[in-house]
Order: sequence, then structure tokens, then C-alpha cells
Amino acid sequence: MTTYRKPVSNTWWLESKPYFLFVIREFTSLFVAGYCLFLLLFIAKAGDSQEAYATLILSLKSPTSMVFHLISFTFILYHAITWFNLTPKIMVFHLGEERIPNALIAGAVYLSWGVVSLIISWLILGS
Amino acid sequence: MALQYDIVIVGGGGAGLRAAIAIGETNPKLKIALVSKVFPMRSHTVAAEGGAAAVIKDNDSFNDHCLDTIGGGEWMCDQDAVELFVNEAPKELIQMEHWGCPWSRELDGTVAVRPFGGMKIERTWFAADKTGFHLLHTLFQTSLKYNNVIRHDEWFATKILVENGRCQGVTAIEMRSGIMKVIAAKSVIMCTGGAGRVFPFTTNGAIKTGDGMAMAYRAGIPLKDMEFIQYHPTGLPGTGILITEAARGEGGILVNKEGYRYLQDYDLGMPLDIEDPKHPVNKSMELGPRDRLSQAFIKEREKEKTITGPFGDVVHLDIRHLGKKKIDKKLPFVRELTKNYIGIDPVYEPIPVRPVVHYMMGGIDTTIDCRTILPGLFAAGECACVSINGANRLGSNSLTEILVYGARAGNAAAVFANEHSEINLEALEKQGADEYKRITRDFLQKDGGSERIATLRKEIHQVMEQSVGIFRSESGLKEACNKIEELKDRFSSILIEDKSLNFNTELTSALELENMIDVAESIIFSALSRRESRGSHQRTDFLNRDDENFLRHSLAYRTETESRIEYQDVAITKWPPGERVYGKEE
Amino acid sequence: MATRRTCLWKRGVKVSETFEMEIFRYYPDKDNEPFIKSYEVPFRDDWVVLDAINYIKDEIDGTLSYRWSCRMGVCGSCGMMVNSVPKLTCSAFLKDYPSRKIRVEPLQGFPVERDLIFDMDDFMNKLTEVKPYLLRKEGEEKPLEEGEYLQSPAELAHYKQYTLCINCMLCYAACPIYALDSNFVGPAAIALAQRYNLDSRDQGRNQRQEVIASHEGIWECTFVGECSVVCPKDVDPAAAIQRAKVSSTLDWFKEKMIPRSKG
Repeated sequence: MTTYRKPVSNTWWLESKPYFLFVIREFTSLFVAGYCLFLLLFIAKAGDSQEAYATLILSLKSPTSMVFHLISFTFILYHAITWFNLTPKIMVFHLGEERIPNALIAGAVYLSWGVVSLIISWLILGS
Repeated sequence: MALQYDIVIVGGGGAGLRAAIAIGETNPKLKIALVSKVFPMRSHTVAAEGGAAAVIKDNDSFNDHCLDTIGGGEWMCDQDAVELFVNEAPKELIQMEHWGCPWSRELDGTVAVRPFGGMKIERTWFAADKTGFHLLHTLFQTSLKYNNVIRHDEWFATKILVENGRCQGVTAIEMRSGIMKVIAAKSVIMCTGGAGRVFPFTTNGAIKTGDGMAMAYRAGIPLKDMEFIQYHPTGLPGTGILITEAARGEGGILVNKEGYRYLQDYDLGMPLDIEDPKHPVNKSMELGPRDRLSQAFIKEREKEKTITGPFGDVVHLDIRHLGKKKIDKKLPFVRELTKNYIGIDPVYEPIPVRPVVHYMMGGIDTTIDCRTILPGLFAAGECACVSINGANRLGSNSLTEILVYGARAGNAAAVFANEHSEINLEALEKQGADEYKRITRDFLQKDGGSERIATLRKEIHQVMEQSVGIFRSESGLKEACNKIEELKDRFSSILIEDKSLNFNTELTSALELENMIDVAESIIFSALSRRESRGSHQRTDFLNRDDENFLRHSLAYRTETESRIEYQDVAITKWPPGERVYGKEE
Repeated sequence: MATRRTCLWKRGVKVSETFEMEIFRYYPDKDNEPFIKSYEVPFRDDWVVLDAINYIKDEIDGTLSYRWSCRMGVCGSCGMMVNSVPKLTCSAFLKDYPSRKIRVEPLQGFPVERDLIFDMDDFMNKLTEVKPYLLRKEGEEKPLEEGEYLQSPAELAHYKQYTLCINCMLCYAACPIYALDSNFVGPAAIALAQRYNLDSRDQGRNQRQEVIASHEGIWECTFVGECSVVCPKDVDPAAAIQRAKVSSTLDWFKEKMIPRSKG
């Protein structure tokens, strides 16, 4: 018996908002990975001579670099929020029969994020 | 070419799956075909809600479960079948537990039980209020373990094949291709469920068209006790969606338009305050049997005490006092259904309900070993009548019944298959060819035709509701007999627009309609012959129970023109017929 | 107070004119291409999409084929794409489509057999592969005479959510991964495997891992998350899959870091 299979179009990910957001998230992984590479590079360079390091820092202040960082920051934020929201679904805790509410676990994750960010900011800016 | 198996099971619901697993466990060499017109997990067992009865707790006894069942069935139950059922019940439900059924539990980890209508002691095992769903999926998933169970999903069985005085298989249409196949087997088990769809207002799904009953009836096998149709007292108006008895088992109350718990006026005991820790009292008021509660609704309507609404008259089922937490834990499906389908949240508002056709006590006549009068043909579940349900089934006995008698049918059919090897394939294929010719001639290649399937179906619905509803009378039933004759006649000019083969659901709808007409005929003639009132069969012209003449099962046989009704004695072992007592000391 | 539907029961039924309902039609034995057919159907606000489809079958066109049975959201038969969203048509009310434009198509991602009927064989095979039944180690099966396995309400709560799957296939229809690569075991089958893995009575997780932890299993999932959005029973298969990923990863670490722990 013949069956009909609807072909999947190349633009399937434009046909619904959740699919679009998903594909964007996948796409932004490139930036996340790019930023990781950059960090590794940065750490490697940090051990170089004072001058080379100064040049690197200077180049980071260039408009291109600023734009790259801004974009990467947005995309990493998008990823972070996705996974933070997923956390309570993966880390399921029960208190007897009652499941600990998602909001509580997600809240705790966001809170720790905030605290860690504050500490780091204080370390960098405050010292 | 015919397909050959040792055993064919028609129907993939609870009974059919339980039978298949029983054979799979004990006879791994037997090849089993599981033929169903739907995927097994779509079978209507899925919609059962409240629970399954079996004696397990220390405060309970086999004797009490027997007596509740027999009294609930107004002494029409075969007591040997009931005893066997009650004895086997705990083992079957524990077996389901071992297969993974997510039964609700006590704090100590043992299985929890809840009270149910007509039961003296609480003995209903439950998986929240989706017990049938969990049982069916547990059975279906467990059945996947057995390699000798070959499923034929979405195959529509049309005829029981009899050769040399023995049942030797069935014909079935593979719906996907539209091709008719002969499925030969040494024994056949019918597990096709009930026929609630012959009524307009029913809890039953669209698939419950009495196919197995009609096939057996046409093969000359009697249908037993078909006049006993159970109305469940609490269905949602409009859709007929079931609100489980467990809602009352957990403490829900029924009130009329004045907010009065009207059941106290119908010999069902006196109400306790809902705050009283002893509420609800077993076998009393809201926990009375279904037949009496549905009849009370009709009387209440006659007194104009019911509430009028857009989908007919209703009373209120009030569970608000249980509180959100208990409702969400024990009755989540009730809340989901009422919110979705009538826009009422039972945490805050009472639920409008009315009686709705729910279950057929009658069915294919079988012995306690699930044998029919046709050697090689067995039956179990709602399509069969063994009979443990008598004139009125007790809530939560049916899920247990499909397990106890499903397994028993499987084992009996396996024994039969092992003892009878000869199959006359040539003759079966000839019969298959004839059946194929009939289907093509009467439906697929028929020109013209003027009667729409839906029109005839509506007319059956009308006549069934008017004549074999909760109260019946001679004149109404006689009119119904004529109407059925007329419908049979008109069915011969049925209109089939779809002449194609693949998934021709117009053809299967027509075949279902044919089955419904046959089942309706047997119900009407059985009801006409029973000139007494008993259980769910209430005659306005014969108000009393008549043990002298009618403590007997009716057997409806097919003849050329109508049903011939014969009678068979009820098996009485220990419990002589007595009064049904609710709401007071027995 | 929870949000609620407008109370049909009290307000009564509104029947207002008719609307055009577009239905996907396909005859495998006649044509190779499907087509869309329009039907004029009464717009009743107590009706669900399935009621409108039944009206078409009963009153207008008997040739329309589709699956349905319980019409109370538990048998799982009547899943279809309603305006491109996977829905149980017995629970999708017409009044929730005030624009009165409704197009019904078979669930996407599956081969279509006829009209609104799709081929479910693939899922049935996958379901069998993940061994969705209670497995006990040899010799550790409790005899029936000794009664039930004890399981506390808390232990029941650990897996209960994943028992609620009705196999309606909406999650597969919502999954773009499955549409692109039908080798993916898919949301419902993995959630059911997880249901048994988390059951305190079960000892068969290792036997399921081969299929579950394979490339076609959990690692094919890239967490679109739509399966959980469309699930009519709040099973949350997406979470089931991500949880399985975490435990499989932990397995891997245990195996690599503490080589002896395996034995």
C-alpha cells in the first residue's frame, strides 16, 4: 500500500515560533563555542610578555570586539536561561509524595547565579 | 491464503490481553493471534475509572464480596461463577501489581482500597481514578514480552467460522488494505466488549458496537440476560462522560434542586452529615447500587425536583467538601473532565450529572470455563455473560472480571487447542470467499442505496432510549420490536458512498450498524419476555420481582425474523434469594 | 482560583451559523497527491473539533476516514493537526477558534495511510524495543502468594507522571527531530522506558539502556521541548529525556572514573 509522506521543507523552522527559537538557540551555540575558544586563547596569552598582553587588552576594546562580546553575551544569556529553566525538570526532588515546586528550584538556581555574579563583579571591580 | 494460528483472540481490551498473556505464559509454543479493530490501548477498558474489587484487607471476607455481588445482581448471578470470581480476584490483582500496575498505596506501601457502591466493606483497588487506563496499558505493555502473541491491529472481524460443528476461526478485514482474510485457529476467544453504543446517551466509546455479541448471535449462539442494561447514575450531561462512583466512594453526595439528599426517600438509608467521620457509610445512600440510584433519579424527575439544564435534567454531585488536595490526589480525572467538558471546577462548584448507559450485564452465554455452546468458541469480559453480574453489576467488579475470566478463557482455549489439531482449511477458505462475496455484494459494489448510516443509527438510538431505558413497558417494547423489523429491512438499502478499499471506515461503520441492530433486537425481545421487575430491568406493568417464574436467565436465539427466548436456571449454591438491603442492618 | 473555561453548562449552547472546515483528504489507491476539501459545518460552541468531523462523516460525506473512540481524552485515537498544531480533537473546542478558520490534517511526521489516518507501526515497534514492562533480576521475582511488592506513596510519586502517557502521538508530531530522522526512538517511548526505570519495583534499567542511551535514543534529542508543550496529559516527555541524559552521563562517569564500580 502506498502512503503519503509530507516532505519536510527547508524552512520548517520558520513555520512556528518555538521551532524558530530552537534553531536560533542551536545556531547561537556557534557563538558560545566561539567565546569558549576566545577564553582559552585569552588564558594562553595571559602568560605572554607584558607588551603582548597589553596589545591584547587594547584589541579587546575595539568596536569589533565589543560587538562580538555583546552578541555573545546575549546568546549566552539565552542559553543560560534555557538551561536554568530546565534544571527543575531534570533535578526532581520529592518531599514525601509532594514534588518540590519547579519555581523553588529554578529560583534557587537564579539566586545562586545572581550571588556568584555579584561576588565576581566585586572581585573584579571592587579590588 | 488463510492465516493459521493455534488460537485467535478477537478484541484487544483487558480481557483479550489477559487471555493472550495467560496463554503466552503457560503455552509458549502456541501461536496466538490478537485481532482487534483498534490498537489494543484504544480499547474501552481504558475509560474505566474507579477501581477493581478484590478481598485483600483483614476486615473483609470472601463471603461478603460474594453476598454483595449476588445481592447487587438481585440473585440473577450464577453463584458458582461468583465464588470462583471472588476467590481468584486477589490473585489476579496482585498479578497486575507484579506486572507494574501503579496501584495507589497506603503509607506502609501496601495497596490501598476505597469504598464503592453496594459493597459492605471497602475493597476497591484503585490507581487514582484512571484504573482502567492503567490496567489496560500495563496489560498491553506486558503483552509485548511474549513473542508468540502476534497482533493484528486494526483488523475488523466479521464472522465466526464454523466447520464440522466446531469453531475454527474468523474472517476479518485488514482495514489498511481492505483485504479480507481467513484466520484459522483451533480455538477462538471473543473479548469484544459491550454494546453501549446502541443507546444515544452512553459512557461507552464509539467502538462499543457489540460486534462479538452479534457475530456469536448470528452463529447460533444464545445471548444471555440481554435485557439487563446498567445505567450509571453519574454521567455528565450532553456528552455522557463518566464521573466515577469513586467520587461518591470518597464522600461525594447527590442533591436535588433544593439541595436535599434525595436518596434518603428511596429506601437507601438515612444520610450522615458530610462532616461526620463515619460518612460515607458503605452500602447506604450515595453508596447504594447503580440500578437503584438511577431509578431514584427518574422518580425525582417525575416529582420535578431535578434541575433543568441545556442538556436535559440533572442532579448535583457535590464533592467540594473533599477539598482541593484530596480531589487532586484521588480524583484528578474527575476534575480534568469536568473542567474540560462542562467548564466546572468541582473544587468550587457541584457537578451536574444524570444517569447514563454504562454497561451490559448480558452477553454471549458461557459456562464457568468461558465455553460457549459452540465447541472451540470461548468468550470473556463484557461481551460474555458467565454470569457474575446478574441483573445489576456492582461497580468495580467488571475490571476484576476481565482479568479473572480473561485468564480463564485463555487457559481453557489453550487446553482445547492442544486437544484439537485438525483444521479444514479448504472449507474455511471457501467460507471466507463467501463472506468476501457478501461484503462486496451488499456494500462495496452495491449500486444505489438510500439509507444513510447515521439516520438508521439515530433511529435505533431513539427506539432503545424510549423502549428499553430505565423503565420499560409492554406497549413500548412491542413498538420497538416492529421498529427493529423496519430497521432491518431498511438496512438492506444502506447507502455506501465509499467504494475504496484502504481504511474504508464507512464500510466498517455499516458493519457495526448491522451488529448494533442484531444486538438491539436481542435486548428488546429479552426485555419483552421478562415480565417482572428485577435489578436494572424495571417494568411499569410488572412492578414486582417474580422468582417463581423469572429467577432464570434469558437466552436469546437468532431466528429468521426475531429473537427466540428460552430460559435457563440460575445456579444457586449457598445464598438463597432474599431481599436487597441498603442503608440498614442486613 | 484556577483559570476555567466559560461555563457551558450554565450559559447554554450557542449555535451560530456555519463555518468552513478544511479537511486533508488522501486516497492511496486513487491518487498520489492529497488534497484539501472544505465542508460547511454548524458552529456550535459545545462542540469539539471531533464533533464537527463526525458531523461531516454522518451528514455530508461518508467517505471521510479518521480514528476516534472514547471522546473523553483517554483512548488516544483522535490526535490530528488542527491549524498546524497537534491536538486531541475530542478536547479541542470550536469556540477556541474564534476566527472560524479550522484546517484539520493528519498528525505530521508520519506516513499518511488514508485521509486523517497515519501509520503507527513505527511507534509500536519502538515501544516494544524499549521493553516497557516490569523487569526483575532472575530469582528476585516475588511469588504471587507472598502478595504485592511494597511501594510507598512517595516511591509511586517518583514515576507516576510518566505512567500517564496515552500514546496519542502528539509528541512525535510536535518533534522536528522525528520528522527529519524517523530513527529517533522519540518522546513517548523514552518517557515510558523512564517510567519503568524510575519504578522502585523494576530492576531492568540496564536492559533498556542499550536502546535508550544509543545515538537514536536520548542523544538524538536536542531539546526542542515542544513534545511537552503539546502533551495533553502533562507527561513532560522532554524532561524524561533530559533526566535520562543526566543519568546516562553519570553512568559514563562512574564507569570511567571508578572502573570497578561496574562489577
